[in-house]
Amino acid sequence: MMQHLVILPIVLPLVAGVVLLRSRQGNTHHKRVIGVSATVALLAVAIALVIKASSGEVTYYAVGDWQPPFGIVMVLDRLSALMILLTAILALGCVVFACAGDDEQGSNFHGLFQLQLMGINGAFLTGDLFNLFVFFEVLLLASYALLMHGGGKARIQAGVHYVVLNLAGSSLFLIAVGVLYGATGTLNMADMAVRLSELNPERAGLVSAGALLLLVVFGLKAAILPLYFWMPRAYAAAPAPVAALFAIMTKVGIYAILRVYHLVFGDHAGPLAALEQPWVWWLSLATLVVAAIGVLAARDLRLLVAYLVLVSVGTLLAGIGIHTPQAISALLFYLVHTTLVTGGLFLLAELIGLQRGKANTRLVKGRPLQNGGLLASLFFLSAVAVAGLPPLSGAIGKALLLDATPADHQPWLWPILLGAGLCSLVALSRAGSTLFWRSHEGEPNRAPLTRRQLFGVSWLLGASPLLVILAGPVSDYTQATAEQLASPDPHIQALLPEAVAGGDT
Amino acid sequence: MESLYAITTGILTACGLFLTLRGRTFPVVVGLTLLSYAVNLFLFSMGGLTTNGAVIIDGPSNYADPLPQALVLTAIVIGFAMTAFVVILAMRARGDLGNDHVDGGKFEEFREDRR
Repeated sequence: MMQHLVILPIVLPLVAGVVLLRSRQGNTHHKRVIGVSATVALLAVAIALVIKASSGEVTYYAVGDWQPPFGIVMVLDRLSALMILLTAILALGCVVFACAGDDEQGSNFHGLFQLQLMGINGAFLTGDLFNLFVFFEVLLLASYALLMHGGGKARIQAGVHYVVLNLAGSSLFLIAVGVLYGATGTLNMADMAVRLSELNPERAGLVSAGALLLLVVFGLKAAILPLYFWMPRAYAAAPAPVAALFAIMTKVGIYAILRVYHLVFGDHAGPLAALEQPWVWWLSLATLVVAAIGVLAARDLRLLVAYLVLVSVGTLLAGIGIHTPQAISALLFYLVHTTLVTGGLFLLAELIGLQRGKANTRLVKGRPLQNGGLLASLFFLSAVAVAGLPPLSGAIGKALLLDATPADHQPWLWPILLGAGLCSLVALSRAGSTLFWRSHEGEPNRAPLTRRQLFGVSWLLGASPLLVILAGPVSDYTQATAEQLASPDPHIQALLPEAVAGGDT
Repeated sequence: MESLYAITTGILTACGLFLTLRGRTFPVVVGLTLLSYAVNLFLFSMGGLTTNGAVIIDGPSNYADPLPQALVLTAIVIGFAMTAFVVILAMRARGDLGNDHVDGGKFEEFREDRR
């Protein structure tokens, strides 16, 4: 049983998803029970995986016992375990929130949700470039359907852009995979890393073309500057639990960049090492600037949160652009914080919108809120966390990142990152005062909060104070993760024992 | 054969790209389809083009690389499903938004006049 643990994060949602999709109609209560219990089980599996991975050992699961580099492998190291745990925590908050009624607005919510989880977990676990493509497609196809859940003009319109752009991105991904396969003759990432170190120099151009094409694809997923235009509208239009789950989707892109450019194009790749770095660094700064402007310009709370996701993408990419283990460690800490808090903010925006009735989340004068005090304090908490003010986790993440910035990068990153934080602060305080203080005289809209909704919001937002209390252990873990990423040799050796010994030619 | 293959793939890609950049959903869908055909052909050629070889390993001398074929099969299946989805989405957008422009077309009439 224990050796199958690594594949469980994929099999479990798959089975649950298939069971849930078996009947389109059907007892909502049963579906909710299956959906929530599958997510709880996933959380338990994820915790077990983190414990397994925290020893620093790289374990793999060869599907059908076809050994690497020939078979399909799922690789578990500290980074993938961390990402799966993060996904499970986020998903539990979202699925419980959805049980308050969002899942009844269309069909098959819970089934699609589980399949989406399967795609995300698969992308985090796979050790094979082509399977990364397959899992990207699985998560994208589920996300297309989830984005359109409940219908409506805004969702369809945002959905057309999202689907078309991602289909074009998939084509690019296949071209990149094809180029890399043609040049190196393998698809296994660890094997590709070995082959790159003994690459014929004639093929270096081909490989770098493939590598940079991959960066375009991952950039589209992560929403880097010239490729982010689909993101704010899609996130703002999506149903709240889906938008909250999408908070991890941009991080799938970040994960893929981290994984591919550390493992495949690491130090051993000679002239091809870290070839993404200049691109990522400058684009991350530009993304931060544009995102800060977007945050200030947003006239709707959901859109504002979507731009806050973009700010976090810029911050994370800056960490990748610096490319030192300290910066990677800081960015992983920030990644955990930002995923959970922006997810919680999307859920909170939905609650505020429900209570405001017709004005919804638009930042205009509206009716007073029924539970104004509670929602306002939750909003205050999340605003402090997401803008990166002490004492919550955003401040720690940002401080770690600022501290890890080398001297020659400081003049660029410090003012831009702190400026973006200031813009978020200004926009959030303006939004908060409009939503909670500037209201008409009149009866509040009758939309009582349910316990499930409150659980979803506080589960995700509660992560922020918890991350402060547990900052020591978490940053130890991220530090170890960054060191593991920086030296890919043990990873390669675990998968291909004979390659490092020199048996592979 | 290589140059013919390369030219075919290139023309398909160019047509696909041109159509994808159009403003209405139908040409965009056709463009994405052409693009995925081009990508499939490209993937297929990545193992090297072998003529008169066996499909699977037949002795050590002359065989075609089987892996790209498996990849192309997967890519075709996924591409097919995605095309079906995007066609339905385009129909739905036409029905819900009242026109077939990719942006939902607020400035529809203005553009018609200018043409």
